Amino acid sequence: MDLSSIRKLITRYCTGEESWVDSRTVYIGQKEPPPGTEAYIPQRFPDNRIVSSKYTFWNFIPKNLFEQFRRIANFYFLIIFLVQLIIDTPTSPTTSGLPLFFVITVTAIKQGYEDWIRHKADNAINQCPVHVIQHGKVVRKQSQRLRVGDIVQVKENETFPCDLILLSTSREDGTCFVTTASLDGESSHKTYYAVQDTKAFNTAEEVDTLHATIECEQPQPDLYKFVGRINIYLDREEPIARPLGSENLLLRGATLKNTEYVHAVAIYTGMETKMALNYQSKSQKRSAVEKSMNAYLIVYLCILISKALINTVLKYAWQANPNRDEPWYNQKTETERQRHVLIRAFTDFLAFMVLFNYIIPVSMYVTVEMQKFLGSYFILWDDDMFDEELGEGPLVNTSDLNEELGQVEYVFTDKTGTLTENNMELRECCVDGHVYVPHAICNGQILPGAAEMDMIDSSPGVDGKEREELFFRALCLCHTVQVKEEETVDGIKRGIHQGKSTSFYISSSPDEVALVEGMKRLGFTYLRLKDSHMEILNREDEMERFELLEVLNFDSVRRRMSVIVRSSSGEYYLFCKGADSSVFPRVVSGKVEQVRARVEQNAVEGLRTLCVAYKKLTHEEYVETCHLLNRAKLALQDRDKKLAEAYDVIEKDFILLGATAVEDRLQDKAADTIESLHKAGMKVWVLTGDKMETAAATCYASKLFHRNTQILELTTKRTEEQSLHDVLFDLSRTVLRQHGSMTRDTFSGLSGDYQDYGLIIDGATLSAVLKPPQEGTSNGGNYKEIFLEICRNCSAVLCCRMAPLQKAQIVKMIKTSKERPITLAIGDGANDVSMILEAHVGIGIMGKEGRQAARNSDYAITKFKHLKKMLLVHGHYYYIRIAELVQYFFYKNVCFIFPQFLYQFFCGFSQQPLYDTAYLTLYNISFTSLPILLYSLMEQHINMDILKRDPTLYRDIAKNSLLRWPTFIYWTFLGVFDALVFFFGAFFLFDNTTFTSNGQLMATNTQMMFGNWTFGTLVFTVLVFTVTLKLALDTHYWTWINHFVIWGSLLFYVIFSLLWGGIIWPFLNYQRMYYVFMQMLSSGPAWLSIILLIIVSLLPDVVKKVLCRALWPTTTERIQNADKLYKGHLSEFTPLSSLHAPPVRKHDRQGNENQNHTHRRSDSSPPNKLMCTYWGGRSDYCTFSSLLRIGENTRFSGAAYAYSTPGPETSV
Amino acid sequence: MGKKQAGTGPLSRRPDNSAFKQQRLPAWSPSLTAQTVLPTFYILSLVCLFLGIWLFITVENTYELKVDYTNAGTCERCFDLRKHVIASKTPCTCTVSFQVPKTFQGDVFFYYGLRNFHQNLRRYMDSRDDAQMVGRKNNLKAPSSYCAPFDYDANRVPIAPCGAVANSMFNDSLTVMYNPADGAEIQVPLYRKGIAWYTDKNVKFRNPPTNNTFTLQQAFEGTTRPLYWQRPVYELDDTDSNNNGFINDDLIVWMREAAFPNFKKLYGVLNRAQVPFTEGLPPGNYTLSINYNFPVEPFRGRKELVISMVTWFGGQNYFLPIAYLVTSALILVAAVVLTMVYVKVGKYGKNMED
Repeated sequence: MDLSSIRKLITRYCTGEESWVDSRTVYIGQKEPPPGTEAYIPQRFPDNRIVSSKYTFWNFIPKNLFEQFRRIANFYFLIIFLVQLIIDTPTSPTTSGLPLFFVITVTAIKQGYEDWIRHKADNAINQCPVHVIQHGKVVRKQSQRLRVGDIVQVKENETFPCDLILLSTSREDGTCFVTTASLDGESSHKTYYAVQDTKAFNTAEEVDTLHATIECEQPQPDLYKFVGRINIYLDREEPIARPLGSENLLLRGATLKNTEYVHAVAIYTGMETKMALNYQSKSQKRSAVEKSMNAYLIVYLCILISKALINTVLKYAWQANPNRDEPWYNQKTETERQRHVLIRAFTDFLAFMVLFNYIIPVSMYVTVEMQKFLGSYFILWDDDMFDEELGEGPLVNTSDLNEELGQVEYVFTDKTGTLTENNMELRECCVDGHVYVPHAICNGQILPGAAEMDMIDSSPGVDGKEREELFFRALCLCHTVQVKEEETVDGIKRGIHQGKSTSFYISSSPDEVALVEGMKRLGFTYLRLKDSHMEILNREDEMERFELLEVLNFDSVRRRMSVIVRSSSGEYYLFCKGADSSVFPRVVSGKVEQVRARVEQNAVEGLRTLCVAYKKLTHEEYVETCHLLNRAKLALQDRDKKLAEAYDVIEKDFILLGATAVEDRLQDKAADTIESLHKAGMKVWVLTGDKMETAAATCYASKLFHRNTQILELTTKRTEEQSLHDVLFDLSRTVLRQHGSMTRDTFSGLSGDYQDYGLIIDGATLSAVLKPPQEGTSNGGNYKEIFLEICRNCSAVLCCRMAPLQKAQIVKMIKTSKERPITLAIGDGANDVSMILEAHVGIGIMGKEGRQAARNSDYAITKFKHLKKMLLVHGHYYYIRIAELVQYFFYKNVCFIFPQFLYQFFCGFSQQPLYDTAYLTLYNISFTSLPILLYSLMEQHINMDILKRDPTLYRDIAKNSLLRWPTFIYWTFLGVFDALVFFFGAFFLFDNTTFTSNGQLMATNTQMMFGNWTFGTLVFTVLVFTVTLKLALDTHYWTWINHFVIWGSLLFYVIFSLLWGGIIWPFLNYQRMYYVFMQMLSSGPAWLSIILLIIVSLLPDVVKKVLCRALWPTTTERIQNADKLYKGHLSEFTPLSSLHAPPVRKHDRQGNENQNHTHRRSDSSPPNKLMCTYWGGRSDYCTFSSLLRIGENTRFSGAAYAYSTPGPETSV
Repeated sequence: MGKKQAGTGPLSRRPDNSAFKQQRLPAWSPSLTAQTVLPTFYILSLVCLFLGIWLFITVENTYELKVDYTNAGTCERCFDLRKHVIASKTPCTCTVSFQVPKTFQGDVFFYYGLRNFHQNLRRYMDSRDDAQMVGRKNNLKAPSSYCAPFDYDANRVPIAPCGAVANSMFNDSLTVMYNPADGAEIQVPLYRKGIAWYTDKNVKFRNPPTNNTFTLQQAFEGTTRPLYWQRPVYELDDTDSNNNGFINDDLIVWMREAAFPNFKKLYGVLNRAQVPFTEGLPPGNYTLSINYNFPVEPFRGRKELVISMVTWFGGQNYFLPIAYLVTSALILVAAVVLTMVYVKVGKYGKNMED
């Protein structure tokens, strides 16, 4: 790094915001600017390498170890291990060293493997070849060697390797088409423009002669913002300076479409590209359970330290008497005597720590890791989540978050490709109130069987017929669709006409494509634009040619577009199509009422509607219009404003033709999934880059908004009228007025007895809301709080026009709000990556838009509907499993260590372990580990089908309910109680009696007294049995595996003990366990006391469980009871709603949906509609127009509810 | 964990549809409802009750007698003598008389009991060398460092058996004399062997190898006796040469460290071959004569002789029967409460009411 860049960095970081408007200068083709120009400061730019991996080969071991020991538990075990190495401790260092080594190694291998995968992915990207123009030739280079200033040639369907300024394209007009699907999720083709003065540099040689520099801002993450300037030096003249905007900037990650090649110059590379800046660093995600676990850990650490402290203090109090400190039978060595008392005390403290350290079991972490790792296979294996089409099932990229799936409170979902299939289709059109459905028609011919319908009006009359054809023509002409030809051999006509994919339409708006394709099916085929003539093939296969005179482009303010054409007969037409709200006011005649009714109905169904109108122009009028337009176009100032005014004048006095309805098909069961999520108490937010209307329509279709949802808008449109401040306060007032009457956890619009709110906010407004408070204003910064308050009271929120980073911002805002809810983000495109990374759980959908999201997600699924099973079933299971795992682990270690603590009071605080080393080491590793591991893999407290059917069960575990402090304290006290029972039970047995083995004299090995190891073994035996049986009591799902493992591990304990005591182990320097276990078992009182102590320790828990179940049953327990009652067939027919604790909504939920839906339909929709609602089929709520009944009704046999009323046809 | 399966075709990626993988293994789902628990509780309560009563009766018929001889009778003198380390080598004998109120039927066991003697101190417990005790030659000459400071004597001669445990072995010898009302004093005959675990005596403790020519004394050549011992290890029992060395029963008994500071260890078993002890220990006056060696005053300890009957159930132990009876009562109370709840809220808990 040279001095200048250091200086730059210093100024950048020291002087604050102002100096950020720094610019960079790029020499195109790495050529020096001609002399005489001002001296630029040379800059260094990073290379085009993308780095997502965490480690390199060299720093793996130190960095990984560092990372691992940052974990509080690992660090703790390391300390214990070191202490054991250094001082004389009661237990050997291997007891903690070995497990620690094992854990560290396993984790390191796992992380290393993951990073290796990342390296491979990075390398694949970095080494993929790009074409660079050097010295007039096209040279292949690795992507990572690309430098700022290189001229790159990109071919069709290639992805841009870095951020580029477009210089020239293969098209003459210097445009190219790009799809940014993997960046912002918009799959439409966008047009980018080459700089006017460079578009002639078309070939490699020509481009090489270009002499120019680019000045532009430093990279920033906003995808839609770019400011720059290009200086072109032509023939040693003064440079020509041209402004550059985002329409010249090709972004890394976008794909070139429909253009043979482009030449462009790299300006941002590697980690400085907008795409990379929109990624966030992959930070390790921790689940809520792990946080609880760490909290418990700290509690136990405190317990441990206080135990050790108490014992140390007591030891020295007890030893105050020299005869106790050093009785004649236990003299110290000389060195021990000379040791300073403080050192002795400290050593004793550490020794106690070591003695009790097992209270925090290293094996818990291994078990948790194993549980997560192995448990995640159940997701991978799930057949329900396997997608036949893709041939792929779900992916698990990190297993650390399994249980977090059961804790989700907020779901942030992308729209395009996640909720919808990203596949537009013309559903119907309506001409003068007559409904046409393209599905039933092919090439203008009504499909057999559909004839009796009124689709093509039975008696439209001559006038009607004419209107109808005009409508179709209007749609064929009023668009900006281009025809893409794959092969031109046979001409376009055949290609399009026969519906083969030899040529297809492309457009910046997928709706337009859908419309034109729909028209094709209705008999009017748009062929091409040739010599500014649009060619249409009409129903009679005749070619009609219209001269395209003017295009009044679409913009989001007008929300309509128009074309002016001249027919072959010389008539001038102006066709307009646009949103109903912008077309209706300009209509002067036509069957407005009928069309409006139809449009509204379609909108309710979530279809995207457009209205079509026209007017005829006389030649004079046309000339007038042309003047108007040209004047506006030529204006130098306020061109946009003047154009808008001109459009406003031109587009009026329409005659309404009809309306269209386009459907972006929702994914299979998307609505059902969203409803389930709602019922499970989750709030669903849709975050999309799409425009508001489209997004809102999807939200309606996917049941996110209901018909009675009151929509609150917080959009630019509104904030233009009112200040943001006022709007926010308005909204919050509206929302809070209701708030008094509704409880916090009421949700979903189903009950309908209260107003239910949906919020729509757009990106611009959002950034205004989130803007840090300005110092001058008094109430700035409150916005965020108010906004959050509004959001909290809305059942659904829709955020449209979101930049990728904004999506992440929203997620972050919710994540850090004061309730700290668990968030889940789901998306399919690269634009969702940032939010996927930000949310607690990120789910990627393996969709059409590449694998970026799936790669960066924690879990990847193939369809949105799989989210339901993922959360409601897998998430729920994982959560209850791990919750029990964590609690049980702490419990069993309290049981384990507390007797050892008590024993210190009887052995003069000499740190004498109660249990043998083998027992100390193996207790957590083998005697009690497998049952809980298998429990935490297998347990199903409620049948899977019930969980899926009744999403409200998810609320039973919300907010980490199984790991709250009361539960934790209960478990801990249970552990302490059990420990007291074990210890004192055995103590009284030993203390009070001649505790002997079989007292009969006949055998030689009888009547002996038992020593301390027998005592320890007795306590340990009771402990192992109690702890295992406690788990058996908790197990609700006994498969053969559970039986095998629970009884097997008890058996293993017995066999191990027999073996361990049965042999003189040559490698041990003590034989203290020799025959201890057998001797114990040969004693009657030992048996009697073992049985008694086990019963006593388990008794309180059993009583508590039965009492709670009878008196205060949780929903889970009610369902379990009911399930028992119906002998496992509950899932098939019983209504579950009556079992729920809050009896507020007692109506039958399952049935309700059907009925609700049907009723709604019956009073809102006009007759002759067929409605199919059925469960468990391939798609859920489908609405089909009546004519389908004839053609396709047989397909929906059985489960379909046909609802059809005889009556007048759609026309009034 | 990029667990992308490496399957090639789409078919190979499809997971098996096995019950295990789909988490649909057949399973038994018990739940702790009052219905299932109550019968268990009642039965358990009953079982515990009967067991408790039975144990209680058994214990009632088991007698135990403790004779504290620390400074009782004529032992006051010896007690004072043993306070001082200087006089530790001076022999001292004394007698204590006691009465046996009832016949101790059957086998009668004689224990020595110590109070306040911490055999369970960690350093003390570790201060032994099991390898030496198995008679390994190397360990005999090079005792484990755990034995310090009882591993070598002042002249760096290895101690056998080394360590604090062996060093502090209980070395009082007890003799009980029966004083029948109508006759001469009879010594109560005791088996002083076969009082250790069979496995200890035969496996865990072994003498260094000897044969006809190579005596035990020779085997222990080059080692010295523990500091506090009056006799070397190979002369512990002068009546039976096979009871010497590491396999001496008293040593083995002592080496099994007690779990608590108050403990008793077996001293001998009544030999019932001889009248009047064929039925057990007859009631009457007895005298205990003690070869008083073991100092207990420094750690405020007590010494006692414990005479006990032993049934299948061990000695006189009221803890277990009482514990069983209490447990039985607790279970009964719990069961009654549950029954009440059960009657009140119905078969399946509260929920079925709605």
